[in-house]
Amino acid sequence: MPEQKPVQRRTNTTLNAYSGTFGRTEVLHLLRRTLFGFDFAQIKDFEKLSLEQAVDTLLTAPSSAPTPPLNNYSLRTPDPNVKFGETWIDAPWDANFENQRKFSLKAWLFQQAAKKSHSLHEKMALFWHHHFATETLVVNLAVNSYSHHTLLRTHAFGNFKSFVRAITIDSAMLDYLNGRLNTKKAPDENYARELQELFTLGKGSDSQYTEDDVKAMARVLTGWTVNFLNKPYPSAFVSQNHDSNDKLFSTFYGQNILKGRTGATAGDLELNDLMDMLFSKDTVIAKHICRKLYRMFVYYDISADEETTIIEPLAQYFIDQKWEIKPVLKKLFMSEHFFDTLNQSCIIKDPISHLAGFLRQMQMEYPNNDVDTEYSIYQLGRYYGELLQLDLGDPPNVSGWSAYYQAPLYHRTWINADTFPKRNQFCDFLLYVGYVKNGYKFAVDPMSVMAQTSNPVNPDDLIADLCTWLLAMPLTSTKKAELKAILLPGGIPDYNWSDAWYAANDPQNADHAAQKAAVLSKSQALLKAITNLAEYQLS
Amino acid sequence: MKRRSFLKASSAATVAFGAYKAKALAESPLLGALRRRGNANDHILVLIQLNGGNDGLNTLIPLDQYNNLSKARTHVLIPDTKVASLKGYSGTGIHPALTGMKSLFDNGLVSAVHSVGYPQPNFSHFRSTDIWMSGSDSNETWTTGWMGRYLDQRFPGFPEDYPNADMPDPLGIQIGNAVSMTFMGSEANMGMVLSSVDAFYDLVAGGDASGSTPSTPAEEELAYLRMLAAQTNAFTDVVKDAASKGKNLSTKYPNGNGLADQLKIVAKLINGGLKTPVYMVSMGGFDTHANQVDTSDTSKGSHANLMKTLGDAVLAFQDDLQLLGHADRVAGMTFSEFGRRIMDNASNGTDHGAAAPLFVFGTGVQSGIIGKNPTIASTVTVNDNVPMQFDFRQVYASVLQDWFELSPEEVNAAMGGKTFNTLPIFKSNPAGLEDYLDLVSRISISEPYPNPAIEACKVRISSDGGQVELKLFDPLGRELRVLLDERVVPGEQEIEVDLRGLRPGNYVLQLAQGPNRQSRIISKR
Repeated sequence: MPEQKPVQRRTNTTLNAYSGTFGRTEVLHLLRRTLFGFDFAQIKDFEKLSLEQAVDTLLTAPSSAPTPPLNNYSLRTPDPNVKFGETWIDAPWDANFENQRKFSLKAWLFQQAAKKSHSLHEKMALFWHHHFATETLVVNLAVNSYSHHTLLRTHAFGNFKSFVRAITIDSAMLDYLNGRLNTKKAPDENYARELQELFTLGKGSDSQYTEDDVKAMARVLTGWTVNFLNKPYPSAFVSQNHDSNDKLFSTFYGQNILKGRTGATAGDLELNDLMDMLFSKDTVIAKHICRKLYRMFVYYDISADEETTIIEPLAQYFIDQKWEIKPVLKKLFMSEHFFDTLNQSCIIKDPISHLAGFLRQMQMEYPNNDVDTEYSIYQLGRYYGELLQLDLGDPPNVSGWSAYYQAPLYHRTWINADTFPKRNQFCDFLLYVGYVKNGYKFAVDPMSVMAQTSNPVNPDDLIADLCTWLLAMPLTSTKKAELKAILLPGGIPDYNWSDAWYAANDPQNADHAAQKAAVLSKSQALLKAITNLAEYQLS
Repeated sequence: MKRRSFLKASSAATVAFGAYKAKALAESPLLGALRRRGNANDHILVLIQLNGGNDGLNTLIPLDQYNNLSKARTHVLIPDTKVASLKGYSGTGIHPALTGMKSLFDNGLVSAVHSVGYPQPNFSHFRSTDIWMSGSDSNETWTTGWMGRYLDQRFPGFPEDYPNADMPDPLGIQIGNAVSMTFMGSEANMGMVLSSVDAFYDLVAGGDASGSTPSTPAEEELAYLRMLAAQTNAFTDVVKDAASKGKNLSTKYPNGNGLADQLKIVAKLINGGLKTPVYMVSMGGFDTHANQVDTSDTSKGSHANLMKTLGDAVLAFQDDLQLLGHADRVAGMTFSEFGRRIMDNASNGTDHGAAAPLFVFGTGVQSGIIGKNPTIASTVTVNDNVPMQFDFRQVYASVLQDWFELSPEEVNAAMGGKTFNTLPIFKSNPAGLEDYLDLVSRISISEPYPNPAIEACKVRISSDGGQVELKLFDPLGRELRVLLDERVVPGEQEIEVDLRGLRPGNYVLQLAQGPNRQSRIISKR
């Protein structure tokens, strides 16, 4: 590696509103960071908007909830409670089908990511999936995991304090971190620890809760469990299992005593008290969450400078907004710091942004009324996510994906000798081979991708558009010339491409079939060359 | 003068310290250090990570504590009639499903180390894993790994100009899809991740901006991507070559055993001629908070399945190495981020704990058990933990000194500037195992009296003299009081332990001299 010169990280920008041009460069930066990927037309959609309108559009959740996950699994062995092609979320749990339902849910999660959208909502759902991590393969019931992922979407742009409260007594979370087994006779510290260490306070030097606080918090939460007897298997509070003694906390919490309570309402009331006490450590919590947002959307490296100029005021704003998430995101995405050129193009795409992003860019089409085929395609995407180390529905553990928190590599963790080739392989497979199921071919139509751009008949315009759209960093003229040589080998004149393009798009042309074949293979090769570049991995 | 440094200074060590077993000079690290003269040996280490925190008390079972253990573990205790025996150790048994490890142990190929941990244990998976991988103290956050620092010294300048003629192969190989912090060096991660040796892909490595120094974060990330692509292509070629030349000869590899599949790749690559000195494999599922055992038969269940997977995989791997003729070059070592609580929970499981045993195996180890069975109090409370007898970094230092034959300075650098006394894990360590146990007994601490106690109790300690420490810890391993930290004269003395101001419960009193520790439990009323 070349001698390491200190990289310019010291930005001079602040959270003040960005007042510069909101042109194509800025639109592309904003969309790359907030969407899993976008087609060329979406750039134009956003170019019509002001920055504030663009951010407001991104911060608008979809107006309706998505179609729930469907039974894609019982073609051979019928599920007595759910017909093939219908949703299983209202069905009673069934040990014979739980695993298939979990994989249906995981495919559904990929479907949500791959769906065309103008909203940040789905990417925030991934952010919260990482933050409040649970694993579908560990949580007993598929429907509890489905409700959990619905909860993540309900609160994605909502109020963080309400969110934490809801997560604490979410059936999937109670199951995942043993909260359902937490009783006064056998207190289980698992959730109480992660609630502080991961979900709210973090592990920074200002987070000084003690082991005894973990134990006391576990005692506050005794009695909460999951009702596995009745649909939809909600959380329940069993007062006989609740520790009704007072709970004493350390000096970190001001030696607070949470009053022990009895009876059916004890669980709710003590949980309210607990939330109030926990959120009294407002600065610690707000900074922890703002750092995570920063690492997801701006850059992983937070220097002492950015800690002071960005994280601290953003955290204070979060507190001032009474834990509302949306205003914080709006402030961040409209800030001059977000558009600082030093913060552009420096995030290595997470696997879902790579996979779902590619599918969105290529405007892939999915079969209608064929659940088996459709879910097989989502399953392919999910499977590649697993290979690339982001298995939707199943983070490696309760701390989520290490790329979002593990120094010093952070996002670089996504890329290694195993995953990097597989990123290319996914694109190449869909460009050259395609996935075939039940006679349906799921493959990139390279010519329609080219046709999205402003002037595909001109090779220079075509390459320029493809590069600004698909690559986060500009290529040198040498590199662009190499790409052009894919279309026009040996330096033959541009009109050869133009003629071929016209002929390929004109069925009446005498040369149509031959030219279409030529344009197709060159388009495939060009898209492969672009998506295999290191620059394609950046966002 | 410390024993170790005295030994290093004098070739007459075996005479001066009659208690030490006379060792063949050929196996001494002195000669090893002379022999290598800057050239590393061809030894290989295979790290086996057990993710989630393995229940040590159900792995290596202290039969001499069984009565008290049965009171503390009413759900997950394995019936003593079912606990498997270990040749030569009547007081210690092994999980009945860990037959593979037992078989290797009985054949003289395993060094089991009792109660390995670190001071001020952390009960978070992530922190504790980072501590084990980095080798830091509990209250430090390091970003480099212990193997990364070792490889940094052995292959300076990595990744620039690697691979090269001297080192054409990956420095470390991790089987799986994600690279571990263990391999993190000062500049780069030294581990190459491999999920299989059957499929490889060419990456676009070039970039026309290569060679210029990155000046923005985006350029820096781009340079990283390009460097990784170039290196992957180069290492891929050698791994592909090794995989095609290498063989597996053992018929013992079980089907459906993920760990065995990983170790099979390792054996094949070693056989194929890779010079890679460190491999890492892993298995998960050890976070057994619930349903660790079957209620109808506690020798079965999820932990038993894990034990079987581990044992069968290791047994097949060792068999393969022997058939392939590489057994003398390879040592394996298990580790887990922590053990589990002494008392079990109502979910038929166990919660996060502290120290636990680990295994080192291979023909190079001194077979046997290092240390003593952990002491289990007659009344165990929910917070009580197995106190540490050995720091995990003593094991690391032993690997570096006695297996990789590094000089003390190199060991020190790999350990991040900290010094740890080695343990007689490998045959090349000058301390014999029996002598080591003898050495342990040179310091001794009596049962406290009275016990339980209200305000104070007393203990008698004895030693051969020298620097000794007597400390009081809470059950979570936090140091509460230093009762003694001084040079003492040989012989016995009585020490009073003030218990005022402590909450009722169990406390651990630990006497330490160098690497040797003995603990007693005090119950405060």
